[in-house]
Amino acid sequence: MAEKLQQPKAPAPSPAKWLHIIALAWLVPGSGHFLQKRTMRGALLAGCVLVMFVLGLLMRGSLFEPQTGDLLTTVIYVGGFLGNLSSGILYFLTVWLGYAQPDVAGHVHDYGTKFLVGAGLLNVLAMVDAFEIAVGKKD
Amino acid sequence: MPKLGLSHLEAAILFALFTSVVMGITTKKTDRERLRYGLYCFASFLATLFGLGWLMYLGHR
Repeated sequence: MAEKLQQPKAPAPSPAKWLHIIALAWLVPGSGHFLQKRTMRGALLAGCVLVMFVLGLLMRGSLFEPQTGDLLTTVIYVGGFLGNLSSGILYFLTVWLGYAQPDVAGHVHDYGTKFLVGAGLLNVLAMVDAFEIAVGKKD
Repeated sequence: MPKLGLSHLEAAILFALFTSVVMGITTKKTDRERLRYGLYCFASFLATLFGLGWLMYLGHR
């Protein structure tokens, strides 16, 4: 019987090391990389999230509001809302400036809605990357 | 605010482009690997896009 090799787990990095970076990376896309002197990568990430979000607005995509009900409704609306919220300041500015596009039929609106959620999800990837840089898992 | 009118293909290509750039940057460790993986993702998106497009076209003939 093969014995399992148990390697000692590395201690979890202190939140003081990465919490402020993650918070800033969420609020302002790309800023987690700027803060850690990864300017080029930060600029590319910020550019992609920003352009995708603005394209979503120009296509008149709708923003999700959290709704619960059956499982599918909950997953779609709460998930979509979290995706929108992940864009940070872009989402808050959009809501504060009064953008309220109803969900209407049409492929352009539909793509717009997906672009708005997609921008948030790309920012989540950027936040994870900033976290890995902060804790030393990545250069 | 002006409304942007894009076709399915244009919107999907733009989506593929931005997603590929971010996936390339966030998943690999060297610049060369990032570029290669970004291009690979973009090519995969396009292949899937055209593949599914043709499949739907032929399925509805």
